[in-house]
Amino acid sequence: MSIPLSLTVNGQAVTTTVDARTLLVDLLRTGLALTGTHVGCDTAQCGACTVLVDGRAVKSCNVLAAQVAGAKVQTIEGLAAEDGTLHPMQAAFRECHGLQCGFCTPGMVMSALDLVARHPGADEAKIREELEGNLCRCTGYQNIVKAVRLGAAEMAK
Amino acid sequence: MYTFELKKADSVANAAALLAASGGKALAGGQSLVAALKLRLAQPGTLVDLSGIAELKGIRREGTHVVIGAMTRHADVAASAEVKVGIPALAALAEGIGDRQVRNMGTLGGSLANNDPAACYPAAVLGLDAVVHTSKRKLAAADFFKGMYETALAEDELITSVSFPVPAKAAYVKFVQPASRFALVGVFVAQTAGGVRVAVTGAGSSVFRAKALEDALAKSFTADAAKAVKVPATGLNSDLHGSAEYRAHLISVLAARAVTAAG
Repeated sequence: MSIPLSLTVNGQAVTTTVDARTLLVDLLRTGLALTGTHVGCDTAQCGACTVLVDGRAVKSCNVLAAQVAGAKVQTIEGLAAEDGTLHPMQAAFRECHGLQCGFCTPGMVMSALDLVARHPGADEAKIREELEGNLCRCTGYQNIVKAVRLGAAEMAK
Repeated sequence: MYTFELKKADSVANAAALLAASGGKALAGGQSLVAALKLRLAQPGTLVDLSGIAELKGIRREGTHVVIGAMTRHADVAASAEVKVGIPALAALAEGIGDRQVRNMGTLGGSLANNDPAACYPAAVLGLDAVVHTSKRKLAAADFFKGMYETALAEDELITSVSFPVPAKAAYVKFVQPASRFALVGVFVAQTAGGVRVAVTGAGSSVFRAKALEDALAKSFTADAAKAVKVPATGLNSDLHGSAEYRAHLISVLAARAVTAAG
């Protein structure tokens, strides 16, 4: 079954037609060629596919595209400025070496933005608790947490 | 996923009519259902999306009760001032479900209608003796949960809201299965108008009340009184994560922790 779908992705209005079964992550990656959002486990556990829907982090591999009709979706591609200047959270991940292989990074950064929006002054324990839904198979958590703290501080400036 | 028709409902009446006509399934937040569809564990011919129904959302205080709309997300229950003030144990329970991303999508009604034997919300509903309001009737908690993934809901019946009585004291403590984050065992302890109630999730085929603990805590609402109760392992779940005996032991231990947390 095909259904018409309108939503906003990274500030751009998108109007398309999708199969009812289309997952949000497949619309983003295949339909819109936004391959920065990764599919890790494909079972809603690892969080690599995390994007923001109306400002809230969700796992796009476990949400139907049709469920976000009319919503504002933000992906990792929507964070940097047009001239390529990184978002403070992206810059913090680079500065702190908050990634090893980098596969989980887009999801980590998007989850970090949801976290900072609610807990701008989060301490290390809070950050670890809030990132429970994002797994790093390189186990590079130490620097990821450091990066989120720096990113939060830079965003507060 | 198998193919399905997707219909978007704009009111409870419309959703019920769509479900009755199609024999399909309701889609709330989809955090269990979408995963089941992907694994082809579910094959509904039609999905009725409830996300556009405004009357199913929201939280309000009504005298001695906190009323929560069925499509209210876990994250919104956790952050709600009404819930934090009225039933802090319920806000804490919602904050502990899954992870942040799941809490941003998952809903109270979806969790209850699914009735996963290890879900957290059924423990609060039974522990607080909440009333489940549906598109057809009102159901007491004891009449709502029927068994593993089974409830009293008819095929075309929707949960509209849940009315939670404000308890004198309550707390929920779970022992998390580390991979799934579901409760290996979770215990909700409450001092309610009708006495002490203890509801257990994760340990059986569906949420249940632990009478021996309730009787002991009615005499003495202390951690020691809970710890002294030996819960029989008969009929409890047994799997590679924990034997029935292990789960039975956890029930008393977690009840004691919940009593301490309730203050």
